[in-house]
Amino acid sequence: MPRLVSHPDEVKIVTRRFGQGAANIDRYVELGGYEAAKKCLAQGPEWIINEMKASNLRGRGGAGFATGLKWSFVPKQSAKPKYVLVNGDESEPGTCKDHLIFLHDPHSIIEGTIIAGLAIGAKLGFIYLRGEYRYLLEIMEKAVADAYAKGFLGKNIFGSDTEFQVITQTGAGAYEVGEESALMESLEGKRGVPRIKPPFPAVVGLYGGPTVINNAETIATVPHVISMGAAAYAAVGSERNGGTRLFGVSGHVERPGVYELPMGYNLKKIIYDVAGGVRGGRKLKAVVPGGSSTPVLLPEEIENLGMDFDQVGKAGSMLGSGGVVVIDDQTCIVEFALRTISFYQHESCGWCIPCREGTDWLKKSLTRFHAGFGTAKDIDNIQYLAENMLGRTFCPLGDAAAMPTLGFVKKFRKEFEDHLNGKPCPFAKHVEVAVV
Amino acid sequence: MADVTFTVDGKKLTAPAGTLLIDACRKAGIEIPAFCYYPGLSLQAACRMCVVRQEKVPKLQTACTTTVAEGQVFITDSPEITQARKATIELLLGNHPLDCPVCDAGGECELQDMTFKYGAGESLYAEAKQHREEQQWSPAVFYDRPRCILCYRCIRMCGEGMDVWALGVQNRGARAVIAPNGGDTLDCEQCGMCIDVCPVGALTSGSYRYKTRPWEMNHISTVCTHCADGCKVTLGVRQSNIGSEIIRADNRDKSGINGDFLCAKGRFGFDFVENPERLNKPLVRNANGQLEPASWEHALRFAAGKLKEIRDARGGSAIGVIGSNLTTNEENYLLQKFARTVLQTNNIDHERTADYAGFARALAGSQGRTASMRDTATAPAILLIGGNPTEEHPLLAWNLRTNVRLNRARLYVANAKQIKLERQAKAVLRLPADGYPALAAHLDGSDKVIAGSAFRETLLAEESLLVILGQEYRGAELEELVKWGLKRDNVRFAFLGDHANSRGAADMGLLPDLLPGYVPVTAPGQFSAEYPGMPAAPGKALPDIFASAAKGELAALLVVGANPIAKPGMDAAALKNTFVIVHDIFLTETAAHADVVFPAASLYEKSGTVTNTYGDVQLARKAADRSGVKPDFEILVRLAGAMGVDVKTLVPFGTTGITADLGQSRGAQAGEADRHAVWLAANGLEPKLSPFDPLAVLDEIERLVPGYKMDRLNLFGGNDVPSEPGFVPLSALTANAAITPAHDGLFTSGTLGRYSPGLKDLNRHQAAPALAKTAAD
Amino acid sequence: MSNETMTIFSPKLAARFDALVQKYPARRSALVPMLLYAQDEIGYLSDAVIAEVAARIGITELDVRNVATYYSMLRFKPAGKFNVQVCTNISCMLRGAYDLFERFQDELGIGHKGVTTDGLFSLEEVECIGACCWAPAIQVNYDFHDELNPDSVPGILAEYRGKAKAEGTVSHA
Ligand SMILES: Cc1cc2nc3c(=O)[nH]c(=O)nc-3n(C[C@H](O)[C@H](O)[C@H](O)COP(=O)(O)O)c2cc1C
Ligand code: SF4
Ligand code: SF4
Ligand code: SF4
Ligand code: SF4
Ligand code: FES
Ligand code: FES
Repeated sequence: MPRLVSHPDEVKIVTRRFGQGAANIDRYVELGGYEAAKKCLAQGPEWIINEMKASNLRGRGGAGFATGLKWSFVPKQSAKPKYVLVNGDESEPGTCKDHLIFLHDPHSIIEGTIIAGLAIGAKLGFIYLRGEYRYLLEIMEKAVADAYAKGFLGKNIFGSDTEFQVITQTGAGAYEVGEESALMESLEGKRGVPRIKPPFPAVVGLYGGPTVINNAETIATVPHVISMGAAAYAAVGSERNGGTRLFGVSGHVERPGVYELPMGYNLKKIIYDVAGGVRGGRKLKAVVPGGSSTPVLLPEEIENLGMDFDQVGKAGSMLGSGGVVVIDDQTCIVEFALRTISFYQHESCGWCIPCREGTDWLKKSLTRFHAGFGTAKDIDNIQYLAENMLGRTFCPLGDAAAMPTLGFVKKFRKEFEDHLNGKPCPFAKHVEVAVV
Repeated sequence: MADVTFTVDGKKLTAPAGTLLIDACRKAGIEIPAFCYYPGLSLQAACRMCVVRQEKVPKLQTACTTTVAEGQVFITDSPEITQARKATIELLLGNHPLDCPVCDAGGECELQDMTFKYGAGESLYAEAKQHREEQQWSPAVFYDRPRCILCYRCIRMCGEGMDVWALGVQNRGARAVIAPNGGDTLDCEQCGMCIDVCPVGALTSGSYRYKTRPWEMNHISTVCTHCADGCKVTLGVRQSNIGSEIIRADNRDKSGINGDFLCAKGRFGFDFVENPERLNKPLVRNANGQLEPASWEHALRFAAGKLKEIRDARGGSAIGVIGSNLTTNEENYLLQKFARTVLQTNNIDHERTADYAGFARALAGSQGRTASMRDTATAPAILLIGGNPTEEHPLLAWNLRTNVRLNRARLYVANAKQIKLERQAKAVLRLPADGYPALAAHLDGSDKVIAGSAFRETLLAEESLLVILGQEYRGAELEELVKWGLKRDNVRFAFLGDHANSRGAADMGLLPDLLPGYVPVTAPGQFSAEYPGMPAAPGKALPDIFASAAKGELAALLVVGANPIAKPGMDAAALKNTFVIVHDIFLTETAAHADVVFPAASLYEKSGTVTNTYGDVQLARKAADRSGVKPDFEILVRLAGAMGVDVKTLVPFGTTGITADLGQSRGAQAGEADRHAVWLAANGLEPKLSPFDPLAVLDEIERLVPGYKMDRLNLFGGNDVPSEPGFVPLSALTANAAITPAHDGLFTSGTLGRYSPGLKDLNRHQAAPALAKTAAD
Repeated sequence: MSNETMTIFSPKLAARFDALVQKYPARRSALVPMLLYAQDEIGYLSDAVIAEVAARIGITELDVRNVATYYSMLRFKPAGKFNVQVCTNISCMLRGAYDLFERFQDELGIGHKGVTTDGLFSLEEVECIGACCWAPAIQVNYDFHDELNPDSVPGILAEYRGKAKAEGTVSHA
């Protein structure tokens, strides 16, 4: 069982019911569950969307798009059915927050899905979990069955004449399927290759119908926004970044774990206070602030860095999925870069040339480089390749591969140079990366 | 949609709103590079070559997916864009084998061209390339993954274009491959369209691979010699020690009535030309009863002497003539003129596959009611009755599918059997096995034989209709159905027959009772003056010719490019007392029974016109050369000459001068005729100063044959030109028509197909038990 | 389809598939789950599995293969009864995932994608499995084991050997 952690600075909103048996529907109701959905049923779509807008809730899947605004894009009238799609593909390295929500509070996801459905006028929602999360899928399936049994889902939810159904779905191993349009393809039984945009999902999504797609954490947050009120929720966070965020702190810290902290919370404090500092009292070398696709930050760059979408963006990286990966001074950055690019090489769907060929090339070059067979030209070449992938690919996965690579070569060029001239790896660790 | 104005590279352009930027640019002459975009197929945005900058948009945009709107501003050429394209090519070349010197596509490879253009010449790449073995998927299709740039054109062409869906993409990322439906083999129509659209040398054809370099070939456009759809085909020809050799067939300039399309027969079925069994010397039966090689002089003199002797002794009625479905209009015309005026017989026929005479008769007096092949690609509503175009008329099937897919045409299918085109149909009417004759009445409201159906209601609601009739129709039923359509406005017809020039054979009067243009022998009009010596009574049809041979009444039989003995029910023994002359390219069953065999040139080795089953006339141009053989046209002229005929009465050569070759030659510019002569020579056509120039006969056809008034400029420019069937009085039908549809499929082509190793291989491959369970259809 | 005797799946799974194809707005949506569940039962996606899944969904086998080969959890060769998947991605790597993976290799005597001769275990190096904060983490089939170190390896293997013994099965494939 994944360990739950706690810290006094945490503001427990989404994690409020963690560890309290809320996977049980009666317990969930006892803890105030499904009241938000009932309230929304009474208030109607416009009110819900206004609340969401006022809450400043921004998508927790990575891009930080304003949730209320996204919902408002769905056309009121549509010939085709509308859908809600919950993205629980959670595959960005460094990210395991949705894992805990599925485990401890599955009903919050169902409730959030119902509310999203009410807001856009959908009758059907899908909750998609990555294939590896089988035990969580079973928890979700049980929760959905219980919600049906109680009449919270079905033809007449909460005794109203409103219909809302939920279907759970499993993936089968593919990071790219987390990309919203690839996710729809996967759910339609196809290869997880993204779709051409426009049209955007809000207009033409699943089965051609208007679709709202949100990250699992975003959806789990929704009932809390309704319960506590948009203004109160927004007040917890920083400017234009409402509420809290589940930060998954991993890597070289004393107390890794998922912490719920207000938006804008200082990154340095996350590492040194909340997570107990760098493991073994070592020095901090670098930190990846929001999952493996976000450019690495140096210690001096995090001094006053508040963890919200805008501030991290200004610092030249991204808040991403909230996965903070802490790297100590005993770590080889070249190896870290290699392991990162290997992941993207493995996960590239292969649709477009720059990503398919670029990730493959970068992986090969970095493998050779790290093994001690690099040349000075390679460093420039790696940078050139990454620069030429950036902004040129069909979907953001190409950027997700290029951005961190650029960060590593630019910020740690010296360390790359140290690998040259018969000095294989100054850290002499693992060189092979067997994932193929 | 309304036109919008937008700016590209500072130029103001106008196009209908929603046009793809790449199309708008190309139309305006602004080249946008593209690997994955292919007009008419779904959009991919995968190769990223077409990137352009759009004002106020942060990222480069793909021109292949951007639709134009009012006031947009684009830049398609800037250092930034050039660098993006260059980098994409560099990335591609990272895993590309760069074996251009041996690659089939070398010289006509889009990747090579782009590398040249964007200068991604220096290799940044120091890593091991992914190696994978080349795979053979079928006799026709080979796949080389390292060369594949994953543009997905092949997949879309096969799926969206062919509706076969035999190709897919498997694995992901850099390990992605194109995969065939049979695991490691390809179970499909073997059309080679996937090879054709492949921008690089990843898909290669079994017949062409590693044979030559593109620049070592001459490319000559002509007309396919197989089915009756009449695709334009470009033959790649290389000099060889026996003349010249055809190495490849494709439709490289995408012009002609078939646009992109060629089927397996058009693409791979040219190899009969190189078959070692080709005849290359005349054969004459010796005293021992053996066929032995002879000189042309001897064979011609011998055959002519016999013919003359028989005609003079027993009259023309003791002679029969059987013409071909594959020879040119000029040859067919000449053959019947020779038969009627020199041999003085109307005993002339061909192996009829469809009742074209009946079709002409049904349409008598109504103009503008026939449809050309092009119409099948654009008509908003089509009614297909009988037939199975997917198998027997691949181009028609392609046109219908494309029309439905891109223009949302409505296709209605009425058929006794299930056919694949029903997948594109808006409505299907399943006829009882014997239901065809009742269809006209049914459409008029009778539910006696065919039960009332929604089909009729939707169909009749159409404002216009293109009716395509299969060979199930002939005679009275055909007439009844056409009459049904003629009662309505905006109904046009097409009628399906089988071989490359079956329609031309009928149009040119290879019929015992009908002269060229379906003019009755009994009412010959101006032909009576033109054809001195022609008997007044209709002659015998093919079965009767054989019957009279059996009775010992047929003294001579001239068979030009036909193999009647191979047909079921035909008895070779009937010919034992008949002097038989055969022109053919192989020693067919019929040729084996001949007394004299002349080695003939195939359609790919001569010039002339052919008429497809829709009445579109096209120019077949001489592509290859072969020593020892002669076109049927020349053989006939020589035969007539050897019989002592003044050949000028048969072929009006040199009479009106070469200016008559080009209807519009008296233009403003002096010297046009000279230039035309040069053009003719350059295109393998002889200026008609010799009796062997078929164009001299084309003049006569135009003059005498109703419906064959053609736009020569278009015809000689390589385009299809419509003909109109003539006017046939009701009485003029032969009773014993003996029409036998050939039902050639995707890999068969009558006797000719049996001599194509390529088609035989494909047939064998597709019949293999491993492919018995067809995946896609 | 389950009333036909032609299924290669257990009656329970066949019945589940019957329901699954009806569950979605489009039949094809059942494809990915079906492949995964079929693999859970049969061990891998054999030709027979692909043929039956294609028939159940009503698409071509080619189409099924196109999709199946995309997803990294799906395999076309048998794995061990217990498939040990060691995450070596960044968070796990930083906390010793490679040492852990090496230890598994040593204990099992197989490498990446190897299968032990008794068919009991197979080993795989995998991408992030969503347990980064409890690194290094592995999955044995669908079970998570987290906060491991190389010395946890013998215990984990013993646990599964014990399970196999209790079930009375040794070899799977
Ligand atoms: C390559 C790639 C992988 C992604 N993976 C995930 C994921 O696993 N989970 C997720 O919620 N969003 C993921 N996203 C983001 C989604 O595309 C989408 O933006 C998000 O689910 C929207 O939800 P939100 O607005 O609530 O953040 C990914 C995006 C990309 C480009
Ligand atoms: S960037 Fe291109 S290849 Fe990479 S995952 Fe996206 S679509 Fe696929
Ligand atoms: S040759 Fe076969 S695979 Fe290629 S396009 Fe034709 S039908 Fe499809
Ligand atoms: S085989 Fe040719 S057409 Fe098909 S994807 Fe590869 S490069 Fe494109
Ligand atoms: S469709 Fe007919 S004319 Fe066209 S290539 Fe095929 S056989 Fe030749
Ligand atoms: S042509 Fe536009 S991306 Fe390939
Ligand atoms: S990096 Fe190993 S579980 Fe995420």
